[in-house]
Amino acid sequence: MPAFLRNEKVRGILYQIITIALFIAFLFFVAQNTAHNIEQRGIKTGFDFLHATAGFDITESPIPYTPMDTHLKVFEVGLLNTLIVSFWGIVFSSLLGLLIGVWRLSPNWLINRIAAAYIETFRNIPVLLQILFWYNVVLATLPSTRQSINLFDTVFINNRGFFMPEFVFGPGAWMIGAALFLAVVAIYLISRWAKKRQEKTGEQFPVFLTGLILLILLPLLAYFLAGRPITAVMPELHGFNFRGGKTYTPEFLALLFALSIYTATFIAEAIRSGIEAVPKGQKEAATSLGLSPLQQLRLVVLPQAVRIAIPSIINQYLNLIKNSSLAAAIGYPELVTIFAGTSLNQTGQALEILLITMLTYLMISLIVSLILNWFNAKMKIKER
Amino acid sequence: MVYPPKVAKEPPLLERGPIAWVRRNLLSSPYNIAFTILGLAILYMIIPPFVKWAIIDANFVGHSKADCTGNGACWVFVKEKLNMFFFGFYPHDQIWRPELVIASAAALGAFAKFVRGLHPFKLLLIVLFPIYAFVLLHGGSFGLPMVETSKWGGLLLTLVIASVGIVLSFPIGIILALGRQSKLPIIKSLSVFYIEFVRGVPLITVLFMASVVLPLFFPEGVNFDKLARALIGITLFEAAYVAENIRSGFQAIPKGQYEAADALGLSYWQKMALVILPQAIKVTIPNLVGTFISLFKDTSLVMIIGLFDLLAMVTVTANDRDWLGMDTEGYVFVAFVFWVFTFSMSLYSKRLEKKLDTNNK
Amino acid sequence: MKRLLKLSAVTALATATLAMAGTLEDVQKAGVLKCGVNTGLPGFSEADSKGQWRGLDVDYCRALAAVVLGDATKVKYVPLNAKERFTALQSGEIDVLSRNTTNTETRDTSLGINFTGVMYYDGQGFMVPRALGVKSAKELDGATVCIQAGTTTELNLADYFRSNNMKFKAITFDTNDQVTKAFASGRCDVLTTDASGLYATRTKLKDPDKYVVLPEIISKEPLAPAVRQGDDQWFDIAKWTRNALLTAEEKGVAMANVDEAAAKSTDPEVRRLLSVEGKMCENLKLPKGCFANAIKQVGNYGEIFERNVGVKTPLKIERGLNALWNKGGIQYSPPFR
Repeated sequence: MPAFLRNEKVRGILYQIITIALFIAFLFFVAQNTAHNIEQRGIKTGFDFLHATAGFDITESPIPYTPMDTHLKVFEVGLLNTLIVSFWGIVFSSLLGLLIGVWRLSPNWLINRIAAAYIETFRNIPVLLQILFWYNVVLATLPSTRQSINLFDTVFINNRGFFMPEFVFGPGAWMIGAALFLAVVAIYLISRWAKKRQEKTGEQFPVFLTGLILLILLPLLAYFLAGRPITAVMPELHGFNFRGGKTYTPEFLALLFALSIYTATFIAEAIRSGIEAVPKGQKEAATSLGLSPLQQLRLVVLPQAVRIAIPSIINQYLNLIKNSSLAAAIGYPELVTIFAGTSLNQTGQALEILLITMLTYLMISLIVSLILNWFNAKMKIKER
Repeated sequence: MVYPPKVAKEPPLLERGPIAWVRRNLLSSPYNIAFTILGLAILYMIIPPFVKWAIIDANFVGHSKADCTGNGACWVFVKEKLNMFFFGFYPHDQIWRPELVIASAAALGAFAKFVRGLHPFKLLLIVLFPIYAFVLLHGGSFGLPMVETSKWGGLLLTLVIASVGIVLSFPIGIILALGRQSKLPIIKSLSVFYIEFVRGVPLITVLFMASVVLPLFFPEGVNFDKLARALIGITLFEAAYVAENIRSGFQAIPKGQYEAADALGLSYWQKMALVILPQAIKVTIPNLVGTFISLFKDTSLVMIIGLFDLLAMVTVTANDRDWLGMDTEGYVFVAFVFWVFTFSMSLYSKRLEKKLDTNNK
Repeated sequence: MKRLLKLSAVTALATATLAMAGTLEDVQKAGVLKCGVNTGLPGFSEADSKGQWRGLDVDYCRALAAVVLGDATKVKYVPLNAKERFTALQSGEIDVLSRNTTNTETRDTSLGINFTGVMYYDGQGFMVPRALGVKSAKELDGATVCIQAGTTTELNLADYFRSNNMKFKAITFDTNDQVTKAFASGRCDVLTTDASGLYATRTKLKDPDKYVVLPEIISKEPLAPAVRQGDDQWFDIAKWTRNALLTAEEKGVAMANVDEAAAKSTDPEVRRLLSVEGKMCENLKLPKGCFANAIKQVGNYGEIFERNVGVKTPLKIERGLNALWNKGGIQYSPPFR
């Protein structure tokens, strides 16, 4: 070995030069091949297709969409649908995960075992299989439109989806929103006042109960004061289908159910390990301070458990968002199904479309990890 | 005078034994009693209907859908299509080949367990096994008729993808983790970029990329078949996750280990290969098994790019005109197979976790 | 080391071929024709329970293999979904795409492929459950329609409803199987695809008689095999294979009587077709008797049609447009001269 190679620094630089050279060579190789192949085979390239008419219809869209719109619009619709199903998936999986996580820690043996069985069953079955099961087995065997399951003439359930009343906000509906806002402000002020008073006098004030009452009472009051500005549009059978109201398609529901149930197992585990990670001494110390079990949980255990559990829960949310792409198997029109699916088929521009799709997911992931970092920084134990 | 020893009293019935256990664990407070009733209600809602469907009312004998007369599950379907579920479209008269491969794999596993340590013969066998398996499965030489990969399917394909994915993503993951730990900025940033990029996108987009765009990246005429492309996609994807696992292992290694290795005058590669990696991998084995479990579950995604894995075979067979409406049985069967594999992997990881835990104390 | 060996196993899976210049040489060297087919469409391309492929599109592959390699069994079938089909052809994964693919201007010009002659003249239609009582596609306002993604039918559907001022709701799936399943379970009122596909799908339903195909045909769907752009020789072979099958039917040369026709026929075109006279095969750089091989092993167009989709099959499709030009249809082959 020549002398200069024995110097670690020199070697480091050499390694890097080799790596970067190999990397650039690889990129060059790929780029050249791709360019050559595309030219040779007469494949269209570029991003013009984004402004071309899509020409196909989309099953459900939160924004107005017609087949006359462009592929760019298709992208928007897909992204929105991804975000919608992810949002509801996060809500439901959190609720279910919390429930199962708490059950898993229950001193009641039976409940504890049921929660464990739930976790071990659904965590170990591929989520794609669960999506297909909900779609092809559970939702597909619901009765047909004319034999819909009728719940009080307001909700109709059949194999085309769940049809529910849609609430239409008339003039004056803003008052309800204002009342809601007012309630939140009031609760904040009350809790601050209660805390101060407790510090001064040691007396406690039932903040939670008052808050709940305010939160319900104020908007209700506003609703009647404004002359009942919210009306419900009921779904009605018209020709082939129900019209009016809000429709949740089987594709959406199957994806939502499967994602929620699957992700809930991981959230439950995160909550359990978070709570179990709180040292026993903390609970004992809290007991010796005379805190009630509920106070112990609220003031001592949960704040510490949350710090441990939240990062992995947020990671699970991220997984849920990524798993929503499996909708491709059942045709829920999210990003991968319609943009990386139908648009790709119609235009044939796989490279461009897949790049856009991947970058979009990457952006979502980045945003979620930024939130996670912010949370970690905020939650860091401040040592004084 | 003799004092006969007093006969010991039975332990109080209400402090120990099953009754006490029930009281303590199920009925200790009104709350607890309510929960027990809730639990029993849940079990009552799930277990009897399922048992009724899956066993009591189910049909086990026969050869066609017509033999399924009861209201329960039609396991005849699974029985009749078992070969399809396990081997896909692999030619009937050649099925002994995958069977032999699986049997040899089991034998090799047992042998590896039996012969401790890094015996050279054992290593040789492990190295040769993939070649042996490939030759046997693919054929085309040694007088074996060729079976194209497009005919591989079912559980066989799932296992092939999972095992190749695990075996290949491991070394790539190690290299990436080393790159991310590296003090050299370019190598480090390239590794970080790769790992974070891959972890930020869904597997399905990587599979689409591999199945649709990958061929454009290679010179004209270089062609990978569909299975190879899926394998490339899955391996590159999982490698990023393996890398992150190993990195967390690195972080668990005390700094003193690095310093001690440096003090001994070990080079970078010696230090990593002999001191750091073995410890890091050992620490992170439970996490690694977790990643491999998700890899195993993720293999089902190849269905979306048109490979016929275990899950896809259900879709295919349940579309058979003679067996319409058998999705439920198929899905339940596949769920069970996946569950057996993943659950035993997670049990294994838990056992390892315990074992490693005691070692450290 | 282990990794290296594994890698070499993977590269063994990778078949190195020189795609562009000479597909013919590649196929001859490999001794097998790689043919892209539908993952499952009864009558056109479907694997039976033994993994044996059957169908009209499959028979074209077999005929081409017989023409090029002299043996109709030397085909490697690559099942493709709609999304993969064009890239598979572009990348050289397959030599010919015979997968009920509609010839359109955009596809021909922007995807780097060339369509050979039409194997099946089709048009898009609708199928509904009989119980719905619908007699015409014009009554479908407000209906929910099941459809396969990435097809021309998807675009035609939107056009048709728009031009008739009707509303519809499309439910899109990736594969024909998913579409069928959704339709069977009542997820949608209408299934739309090429008329041939409708008949094919109907055979897959539990009770085929409960469904009717509506009379309207709303588009032209000439289904044609395709090859890569830039290899004219291979394009010619693919084109004239199809023409040979048609000419054979026109001249009454069938599977059973090829040898007899070759020996006895006095029709100069038959003699040229069967390489008794002229250098038809040699012009395509193929061995003598190439088309005779195809007809002998696969049959003529009529035989292929009747065997796979004709009135005696579960699909029960009449010849219609696909009858020969002199029998009321539009199937037509340029002369063998």
